[in-house]
Amino acid sequence: MTAHLDIRDLRVSFHSGAERVDAVRGVSFRVERGASYGIVGESGSGKSTVLRAICGLAPVTGGEVLFEGRPVSEPRDAAFYRNVQMVFQDPYASLHPRHTIDRVLSEPLAIHGFKDRDKRIETALRDVGLGPRFRFAYPHQLSGGQRQRVAVARALILEPTVLLLDEPTSALDASIQAEVLNLLDRLRAERGLTYVLVSHDLAVVAHMCEQLMVMQHGQTVEVMTRADLQAGRATQDYTRRLLAASEGYTPMETSA
Amino acid sequence: MSDLLTVEDLRVRFPSRNGPVEVVRGVTFALGRERLGIVGESGSGKSQTGRAILGLTPPPGQAEAKRLEFDGIDLRNADKATWRRLRGARISMVMQDPKFSLNPVMTIGKQLVECWNLHAGTSRAEAKDRAIAMLEAVQIRDPKRVFGAYPHELSGGMGQRAMIAMMLITEPDMLIADEPTSALDVTVQIEVLRILDRLVSERGMGLILISHDLRLVSSFCDRVLVMYAGKVVEELKASELLNAQHPYTRGLYNCLPKIDGSARPLPTLQREESWAE
Amino acid sequence: MSALSREWLLSEQPTSRRQARLGQVYRTWLSLRSNWLAMVGLGIIVVLILVALFADVIAPYDPLAGGDLRTARLLPPSWEHPFGTDEQARDIFSRIVYGSRLTLMVVALVAVIATPIGLLVGTTAGYFGGWVDTVLMRTTDIFLAFPRLILALAFVAALGPGIENAIIAIAITSWPPYARLARAETLTIRDSDFINAARLQGASSLRILWGHVTPLCLSSVIIRVTLDMAGIILTAAGLGFLGLGAQPPQPEWGAMIAAGRRFLIDFWWVATIPGIAIFTVSLGFNLLGDGLRDVLDPKARK
Repeated sequence: MTAHLDIRDLRVSFHSGAERVDAVRGVSFRVERGASYGIVGESGSGKSTVLRAICGLAPVTGGEVLFEGRPVSEPRDAAFYRNVQMVFQDPYASLHPRHTIDRVLSEPLAIHGFKDRDKRIETALRDVGLGPRFRFAYPHQLSGGQRQRVAVARALILEPTVLLLDEPTSALDASIQAEVLNLLDRLRAERGLTYVLVSHDLAVVAHMCEQLMVMQHGQTVEVMTRADLQAGRATQDYTRRLLAASEGYTPMETSA
Repeated sequence: MSDLLTVEDLRVRFPSRNGPVEVVRGVTFALGRERLGIVGESGSGKSQTGRAILGLTPPPGQAEAKRLEFDGIDLRNADKATWRRLRGARISMVMQDPKFSLNPVMTIGKQLVECWNLHAGTSRAEAKDRAIAMLEAVQIRDPKRVFGAYPHELSGGMGQRAMIAMMLITEPDMLIADEPTSALDVTVQIEVLRILDRLVSERGMGLILISHDLRLVSSFCDRVLVMYAGKVVEELKASELLNAQHPYTRGLYNCLPKIDGSARPLPTLQREESWAE
Repeated sequence: MSALSREWLLSEQPTSRRQARLGQVYRTWLSLRSNWLAMVGLGIIVVLILVALFADVIAPYDPLAGGDLRTARLLPPSWEHPFGTDEQARDIFSRIVYGSRLTLMVVALVAVIATPIGLLVGTTAGYFGGWVDTVLMRTTDIFLAFPRLILALAFVAALGPGIENAIIAIAITSWPPYARLARAETLTIRDSDFINAARLQGASSLRILWGHVTPLCLSSVIIRVTLDMAGIILTAAGLGFLGLGAQPPQPEWGAMIAAGRRFLIDFWWVATIPGIAIFTVSLGFNLLGDGLRDVLDPKARK
C-alpha cells in the first residue's frame, strides 16, 4: 500500500551569504492515510522546516517528497494545494490584518473556482465552532483562539486530505489549547484527515499522534509510537532529557 | 520571617474609550525569601502586577495600593532617586524577550560592567572579572566570547541567560521574572530555572516567577498565586496543586494534555462569571 | 438594510461586507477626529477644495484682466480689494482664489501619477527580490541621486515650460521615495505567515501583490504622500517662481510671488499674500499627514 505522504531522505539547506546552513539533513518518514504523525524537537531542530519543505515554502535540496506515491511537482501545482494545507503557529501573524474573515475564507474558493461560496463559508465557520456572526469581522476583533479556528477553517475550506500543523497551539493559553486540540481531533475523526503535527510539547504530541519522531540538529533522533512514549521507553539520551523536562522542574542535575 | 515585599490591595487601571478598565483588581500578598509563582492566562493581570511593583506600569496606566513596601521602603510614592537606588541594585526584573531588554549596540560585557559599576564602582579589571564570573554562573559555556558579543550574535537561550546575568550581577534582594523562560526550549528552560533556584537557596533572594505554565510553576515554586481577571482566586502551596479548591485552578490543570494519557476530548475550562465577581 | 447609525457602524459583529468596511472607515474617522491638529489640517484642505470649486462665485473680479492701469495698480488692501492689487491692476484676492485651482490640480495630478508608480515599483521589487529588485531599485536610486528641483528643472527645460509639463516633471521626480518606502514595507511582510498562507492556497504572485501586499503598503505611502504635498506645492511654486511652471498671466501662487518680489519693500502685499496662501495650504497637508500617521500607522500608535 502506498503511504499518503512519504518523505525520503529530505534535505533542506539555506544560503545566507557565503555560509550554507543545513536545516534538515536527511529525514525520512511515512504517514498512512488517516494517521497522525508527530514531529518533536526544540528550536533549530528543523522540525518546522520539514513541514515547510513538504508544502513548498522551503527549498527541497535533496531527497524526495511523495504524495500518494507520486513525487510532488516543483513548484507545487493547484491539485497539491487542494490536497495539502497548513495551519501556522501564530494566529496573530497568519491572518491578513486588513481582510475580513469572509475574505480570508472566500479567497481560496475563488482561486480554485468553487461556486457555492456563501454556503461553503458558512459551513466552514460552523465546523470550527464559530457562528456566522464572525463572518464579517476583522482579525483584530477576535481572540487568539478564535483566530486559530479561522486559520483551521481556511485550511479546511478546500477540503484537503492532509493537514500540516506547525505548532498550532503554542501561542495559545492552556484552556484555549485544549479547545483547539479537541477541534482538530474531532475534525480528523469526522473527515478521515491525515495530520503531520509539529510541536515542542511532548504532551501535545502524545495526545494527538499515534507515531512520532524526535528531531535534533536537522536529524532524526528517534522514532516512537505513542505507547512507547507513554511507557517512557525512550532509547536515546536526548529523548529522555526532553521527557524529563516536560514533566516540570526538577532541582537535581539529571545528567551532564 | 520578615517579609521582603508586602503588597496590599494593588490596583492597576488603564483608561479606554468606555471609561477606565481595571486590569489588576485588589491583589494582596507578601513575599519572603522564597520562590513565589504567579500563574494566570493572558489578560489575567499577572504581568501588570509584576510591573506595578517596580513602578513600571506603562502610561497611561496607573497603579495604586493600600500598601506597597519593599524592605521597609514605601514604593508607592518613591521618587526617581529612590528608584535609581533600588532598581537594578536591590530589585531586578527579567522580561520574556531578551531582545527588548538588552541594548543592541553595546556588547554584553560592556553592559554587564556598566551595571556593576553603577552598583559598586570598582576598578575596570575587577568589574570585568566579576562580569565573566557572572556569565559563568548562568551556565554560559564560553563566557569570554559572549563578553565581547553583541546581543544579536547570541541565540535566544544565550541572550536570555546574558540578561539574567545582567539582572543578577548586582546581587539583588528580589527578582521579578516575567515569563523568563517561555521563549526558551524546555531543556534550556530547566537550566535557567536551576540558576534562579540556586540564587534563592544560597543567597536568600526573594523571587517572583510570573508564568502561564502551571506545571512549571508548581514544580518550581514554594507557593503559587493563581490569578483570574485581575484577582487572586487562589493561593496554595505548590505541592498541593492537585488538591486545588478553586474550579479555575483545577480546570487549568485538567485541560493540559498529559504524556501518560489524557481524556479524549480534553476537558475544557467552563468559565463562570462568579470567578471574576 | 439598517440605517447608517453609530451602533450599526461600530458593531463588533457586522452582517455584511459593506457594514464591515464602513465600520472600519468609521473607526478610522473617529480616531482621526479626536486629533484636533489633524482636523485643522483637514479643514484647511476642505476650504481649499471648496474655494477651487466655487472660484467663479467667490472671486469678485476677473483674475486675468486688470482694472485701470493708471488708477488701480498696486493698491493696498481695502474693502474693495481685500488683498490689494498687483502691478497689472488685477485684484490679488481673485487671483489667489483662482490660483487654488492650479494648486489643487498640481497636488491631485502628482498624487495620482506618482503614488501608483511608486507603489508598483516598490512592491514588485520587494516581493520578487533578486535581479528584479536590483534593476528596479538601482533605477530608483538614479532618480533619487538628483535633487528634486534640479531634476524637475531639467525635465521642464526639455519638455518646455508650462503648468502641465511642470506637473509631469514633479510627478516623475517624486515617486522614488514612495518606491523605497513600499519596498521596505513589502520586505517586512513578504515572508509573513499570512502571505505564506495565500501562497499555499495557490494564489498567483499578482493576486498576492495586489490583494495582500499593496493594501498594507498603502497606508504608509498615503501618509508619506500627504506629508510630501507641502514639498510638491513648494516645488510647483518654485518652478513658477523661476518662470518654468505656470506661464503669465495664469494666477499661479509661485509665479505671483516672483512677480511681486520686485516691489517687496514698497508694496509688501503683492508677494506676501500668495506666500501666506502657500504656507497655509502646506501646513494643512502637513497637519493632516501627521494625524493620518497617528491613525493609520500601527507602529507609531500606542
